[in-house]
Amino acid sequence: MASITIRGVKKNYAKTQVVHGVDLDFASGEFVVILGPSGCGKSTLLRMIAGLEDISGGTIAIDGTVVNRLEPRERGCAMVFQNYALYPHMSVAQNIGYSLKVAGVPSAERTQRIQAVARTLELEHLLDRKPMALSGGQRQRVAMGRAMIREPKVFLFDEPLSNLDAKLRVQMRSEIRKLHRRLNATSVFVTHDQVEAMTLADRLVVMNGGRVEQVGTPAEVYSRPASRFVATFVGAPAMNILEGTVELDGLSLLGGSRHLTMTRAGLPVGTKVAMGIRPEAVRLVAPNTAGALKATVDLVEELGAGRVIYVDLDGAPFSVMTSEAIHPEPGSPVGLKFSPEDMHFFSPETGSRLDVFKASVPEPAL
Amino acid sequence: MEKRVTFSSWTIGILFAVPQLLLIFTFFYWPAGQAVYWSLTLQQPWGGGNIWVGLDNFRSILSNADYWNSITASLVFAGISTGLAMFIALVLAALTDRQLAGSRLYRVVLIWPYGIAAPALALAFRFILAPEAGFLSAINRMWPGIWDPGLDGADAMASIIVAFSWKYVGYNFIFFLAAFQAIPRSLIEAAAMDGSGVIRRFWDIQFPLITPTIFFLLVINITESFQDSFGIVDIMTSGGPANATNLMVYKIYSDGFKGLDYSGAAAQSIILMLLIIVLTIFQFRFIERRVHYG
Amino acid sequence: MVERTPFLNLFTHLILFVGFVFCVAPFVVVAIAASHNLRDVNDVPMSLLPGSDFWVNIKTAWVTAGLGPKLLNSFIVAGGVAAGKVIISALTAFSIVYFRFPGRMFIFWLIFVTLMLPLEVRIVPTYAVVANVLSPYQAIFDVIGLSWLIEKVSGVQVSLSLGLLNSYPGLILPLVATATGTFLYRQFFLTVPDELTEAARMDGAGPLRFFIDVLLPLSRNNMAALGTIMFLWAWNQYLWPLLITTDQSHAMAVTELKQLIPNVGGTPEWHIAMAGTLIVMLPPLLVVVLMQRWIVRGLIATEK
Repeated sequence: MASITIRGVKKNYAKTQVVHGVDLDFASGEFVVILGPSGCGKSTLLRMIAGLEDISGGTIAIDGTVVNRLEPRERGCAMVFQNYALYPHMSVAQNIGYSLKVAGVPSAERTQRIQAVARTLELEHLLDRKPMALSGGQRQRVAMGRAMIREPKVFLFDEPLSNLDAKLRVQMRSEIRKLHRRLNATSVFVTHDQVEAMTLADRLVVMNGGRVEQVGTPAEVYSRPASRFVATFVGAPAMNILEGTVELDGLSLLGGSRHLTMTRAGLPVGTKVAMGIRPEAVRLVAPNTAGALKATVDLVEELGAGRVIYVDLDGAPFSVMTSEAIHPEPGSPVGLKFSPEDMHFFSPETGSRLDVFKASVPEPAL
Repeated sequence: MEKRVTFSSWTIGILFAVPQLLLIFTFFYWPAGQAVYWSLTLQQPWGGGNIWVGLDNFRSILSNADYWNSITASLVFAGISTGLAMFIALVLAALTDRQLAGSRLYRVVLIWPYGIAAPALALAFRFILAPEAGFLSAINRMWPGIWDPGLDGADAMASIIVAFSWKYVGYNFIFFLAAFQAIPRSLIEAAAMDGSGVIRRFWDIQFPLITPTIFFLLVINITESFQDSFGIVDIMTSGGPANATNLMVYKIYSDGFKGLDYSGAAAQSIILMLLIIVLTIFQFRFIERRVHYG
Repeated sequence: MVERTPFLNLFTHLILFVGFVFCVAPFVVVAIAASHNLRDVNDVPMSLLPGSDFWVNIKTAWVTAGLGPKLLNSFIVAGGVAAGKVIISALTAFSIVYFRFPGRMFIFWLIFVTLMLPLEVRIVPTYAVVANVLSPYQAIFDVIGLSWLIEKVSGVQVSLSLGLLNSYPGLILPLVATATGTFLYRQFFLTVPDELTEAARMDGAGPLRFFIDVLLPLSRNNMAALGTIMFLWAWNQYLWPLLITTDQSHAMAVTELKQLIPNVGGTPEWHIAMAGTLIVMLPPLLVVVLMQRWIVRGLIATEK
């Protein structure tokens, strides 16, 4: 168990900077998930913690010790790789025990510890097999066993579930969670899959373009996204964003063709904003309902438990998610309604959240 | 292409390369440099120092009719034997790739000649093609004196071409067959669905896709015809009759070690090296094409 | 695929069969000729029915050309070249793929260039080096003044000399000094996933351990392929052994074939010559037959 302190960490490759001064604190025993699109620097950050990448600037400390110049083996981290990185020529037992062998642990003790780990992961009957002869889920477990056997201070996971099929992924997710509860080691888990991130994380770190966009519990990140990026990245289908301008009595949307009446608070008239509303916060109503935005249905996507209705709002794409059993025909007119408390406002230039702008009129008018 | 993940220790990295570097320095770069030096000087085989003569060695070689004869012979040999060996191998590989009954047997057996030492097969062919025994001698029974590699330069050249081609059919076959088998089956099937027959498919799909292999083998065969021919020539004809089969490497050997003309041999080596370097550069231009096909 | 092409199939079988016959014929002729006696082998045309003197001829050829010790020499040299290549190429490839030291690209090109110039074209000076393998170093010492310095300081005249003519190292080392294998390994190492290296580092393995515990075991197939090809190549060498083994004690089997060529005007002992040829071509033929898979794989990979 160990805390991790990241201060002003940067990473440059030749001339391009991929991580721009990241500050993070992970508490001891915490399960932190770093979420972001590919190329956002999340894996690079993880690999810098592991010691697999040089740190171009700033410091990383594990348990208060700066580890910038330490070799991977000296940092007390273990890592589970995306494609497992099992040694193909070694048996499961040899794979799990390799780090102990390198460390010169006597073979009797090694066997005993391999057995113990194998028991925890239900791998005992597979110890003599080669990785080639294992299923995806079994390989995944061997990779975890290899990390566990060293009893590391920190577990690092680099998108470890992305090569599994959907069903197995759900199962391994809960296994990882359970394992963490039992070992209680500080864990950093990198993924681009938001469901994985939401379900696993004690705390979520959302990264984009080499910067941290938001840190918080999954619920916080979902309900109060700190930026337009987080708002659209977390949640599926993505949050609808409509550009608008602050007016005396509310908000003009879509270049002035639509209008929402609201009390303006704290922002001068004429300020450009991006208004966001989650598809699941929108209600479908009859097209002529008072205060509803009128739109045309484009496409209905059936999800079983619910359905996503894609509509056209004066040329702007907009989606609605509903669990009601309604199946509007493509081309038919519908009305959209949503409450002001579900709306999020972001600066169109910087993308950051504008909390001063509070909507206070209950029903937006057409 | 580069590795993303590397080890940081320089010393260990360099240490790993030291054995190879020592070897190539001692047995490659030093001798190659020495060859350049000798080619520009007149070296007395029994000591007594070197006299700087500039390009005189090259001048005297290039004005020597024997040397031009050797170059002509080498080019004739390279051209005909490469053409023969590649054409036969291409046909055999294309037909084997059709995977009719027995193709497994052909796949195994047609590779055998590759393993045989040039001098050994040369001796076998010297017997088979001997004018007074073996098999071709039967022709001499009917038309006396029509075939004699020992007296007729053209016959001698034909003999070494047959021997060399025989070996390199096996070598080329390996590459052609691999190239044919690397063509995705689905491509052939798609063409068949498009209504293209076996022969049509060969010209429209398989042949264009193996052109990189053809270029590659062309260069390798020509280069090998300069080197690997030595054993064949030495056993079958000793460069004769009347220098008709005195190929370049054989001439370097006989001038250098039998004639003890180190400077002349070195100058010839340099010319041969340049020739091979040009061929190799030519090959690299086509390897780029190869990558293109993916 | 359902395809009815009876004429083409007939043609295919015909051509392949002719190819097969031409490919096997020399082996068969050599074997049959080796079984005849002096009179039958010189019959025109030679009878294709095997004679009864096979073992006698084999024995005569074995004794005349002294093939026993020469085959042993061939095995030692071919094995030595194969082993040397397999080991040294692996070391070098590891160095140029897995490290980033200054001058790495220079070393890469130094090695790469050796692919271009085969031993045959630089035999004369290579012969001179092997005659005294330390001569390059002596020359360097002389030029940089080290010899002079040592002579002044210690009074010992520096004269490095180590002749390798008529020795196994002299036969083997120059044949090892090319880049063929290095690039085979390089191509393979580049396909080894980076994660494996990282996993090894996380497990605490340094470069040496990674090389021995992970990289070499993974390279087994490449080693087998390279070893086979190099064995054949070295076994079949002719010009180089011919030059540097002036003494019979280190002569190789292939070079001894020359002893068996019947002299013009002498007794045409083709049966003995063919028996010797058969003996000399048999070991590599066996290697080809038994190791076919590795040869194909190795050839395709080395020549890339």
